Amino acid sequence: MTIIAGKQRRRAPERPVWQERPSAATQGAKSGAIVVILLIIAFPLYSVIMTSFSTQASINVAGGLVVWPHGLTLNAYRLIISGGVVGRALMISLVLTLAGTAISMVVTILASYGLSRPGSSGHKGILWFMMITMFFNGGIIPLFLVVSALGGYDQYWALILPSAVSVFNIIVMRAFFANIASDMIESARIDGASDWKILWHIVLPTSRAVTAVIALFYAVAYWNSWFNILLFMPSDSVKWPLQMVMYDYVTEGMTMPGSGVTGVGQYLGNQQIAPLSLQMAVVALTVLPVLLVYPFVQKHFTKGVLLGAIKG
Amino acid sequence: MSAITTGTGLADGGSESLPARPAGTNAARGARRRRRWARLRRDRSLIIMTLPAVVLLLVFGYTPMLGLVMAFQSYDLYTGFLHSPWVGFANFEQLFTDPGFWQAFRNTLELFSVQLVLSFPIPIILALLLDSILSRRLRAFIQSVVTIPHFFSMVMVITIFNEILGGAGLLDTFLRGHGLRNPPQLMTDPATFKFLISAQLIWKESGWGMIIYLAALAAISPSLYEAAAVDGASWRQRTWHITLPGLKPITVLLLILNLGYALTFGFEQMLIQLSAVGPGAAQVLSTFSYENGIVQGNYSYGAAAGLFLGVTSVILILAANKVAHMLGEDGLYGKAKR
Repeated sequence: MTIIAGKQRRRAPERPVWQERPSAATQGAKSGAIVVILLIIAFPLYSVIMTSFSTQASINVAGGLVVWPHGLTLNAYRLIISGGVVGRALMISLVLTLAGTAISMVVTILASYGLSRPGSSGHKGILWFMMITMFFNGGIIPLFLVVSALGGYDQYWALILPSAVSVFNIIVMRAFFANIASDMIESARIDGASDWKILWHIVLPTSRAVTAVIALFYAVAYWNSWFNILLFMPSDSVKWPLQMVMYDYVTEGMTMPGSGVTGVGQYLGNQQIAPLSLQMAVVALTVLPVLLVYPFVQKHFTKGVLLGAIKG
Repeated sequence: MSAITTGTGLADGGSESLPARPAGTNAARGARRRRRWARLRRDRSLIIMTLPAVVLLLVFGYTPMLGLVMAFQSYDLYTGFLHSPWVGFANFEQLFTDPGFWQAFRNTLELFSVQLVLSFPIPIILALLLDSILSRRLRAFIQSVVTIPHFFSMVMVITIFNEILGGAGLLDTFLRGHGLRNPPQLMTDPATFKFLISAQLIWKESGWGMIIYLAALAAISPSLYEAAAVDGASWRQRTWHITLPGLKPITVLLLILNLGYALTFGFEQMLIQLSAVGPGAAQVLSTFSYENGIVQGNYSYGAAAGLFLGVTSVILILAANKVAHMLGEDGLYGKAKR
């Protein structure tokens, strides 16, 4: 048991003394199960990414998704970067996600703090006012008509504002705010600090974890949102964010504008780009930001996620 | 919570801390009003902070609720809510005699139950498996891999399934390559659709669902296991008598809360696959409302279906929470009531 401190990291993790060593068969079955589970998640992603880097010849050999690549090329991504539908949609999605997340976070943080002080006047009524919308809403059709009446049809704000507030997130964040540093907040209040100052200098710095997790929830929701585009922006394909482009050109297999006949790829210079490779590049791009941000927020998960996990 | 305010010396910290008031006298009433004003002045910035959220919810949450009156109208886009003719319950009479509606109702129940039975146990099994891994680093790695699909969009998940299981997809190509003439068309077959959506949900959400069970497992005191092992309990007995009872409360809670969302379940997932599979298997109540209301422009009819869905859902959710409370669990809104 006593090992030099420096070597402790390498040591195999310890089994509790009371736990019997599992048999080789159990160990084997467990390892097998884990490998299968990891493959089920990773394999589809792997083949999508491989295909997005593949040449038409390689795709022809595979007859569809490429598992063993024969020739790799960056052409699909070069085409996307050089402009056109996908490149534009990517930019639109990024801007929408950033703007939407910023708006949602400001509104959510303010409301959460505003409702988090015990005994403040009116906070119970406002909380109920908000929570009712969690259980009942007018449904799609009245919302569509209200947004249209406000002139939101084909407007980007219609993709942000109607879903900008998640009452669930407010409740989660409010619970955190109510529990942190209450005595500090109250004494700052007595010293005459305004609530704005308290929020900015005391509450926010001490609740980075929950802020990060909720920002991730919002960002993912904006990045992945698809139905509200279908609802509020169904026909103006020039304005579409990435999810809608993916739905139309990949899921539904419509022809991308400028590519001519279905089934014939686009050209970059005089090189033909495999349609499937381009489609899979679109899929890969929708996943990329998630994979990039995920590791940074993941460490906050165990704390922040538990309330979110119920949300599903 | 209220202890915080009463201890600070703010005389009007909370209504609980006020001295018993002699009701009725004018002076007392005036004092109460003054105190309320003082509190309101003290808290005005807190109230201002909630305003953006309140306004957004008012416009995009409550106004559409008022708009539901159109379910009792024959709504016309050009005359609006105010001047469209009233038709009473005609839309609902039509709804309840519409075979398409009942088909959607049956589909909703069938898809929901099959999906629940198949996908609900998976996160628990995953959590048990992961919890038995000793290496922390391996555990963290597996957890982050299986959680990732939760953050993918439904469109993306279905696209991936299509590339793998669909016509000309990986499986299809493989089976044809090995001499199968007519491989099963899993992405478009109405008969197997319920299993398809279950597989999609399992792939996307199991890892995420696992996290909460992992937390529940971590909360079981190790001394219980130790004592049981000292008393000679086998692995099987420990699992049966300690682990599973430890998971029971959260399992029951999640199951009940899940049931509350039975009727509104799977909107995007079904909508995306509706055209490929057909309404016979993939039309659910929420897509029925959308298809009739927005796609076919039959606004009032769609809104009537939406209102039916909304009201039945509220009843289901409240009932589910009631049951959860009766079983001694924190319901969905129990958390916020503190």
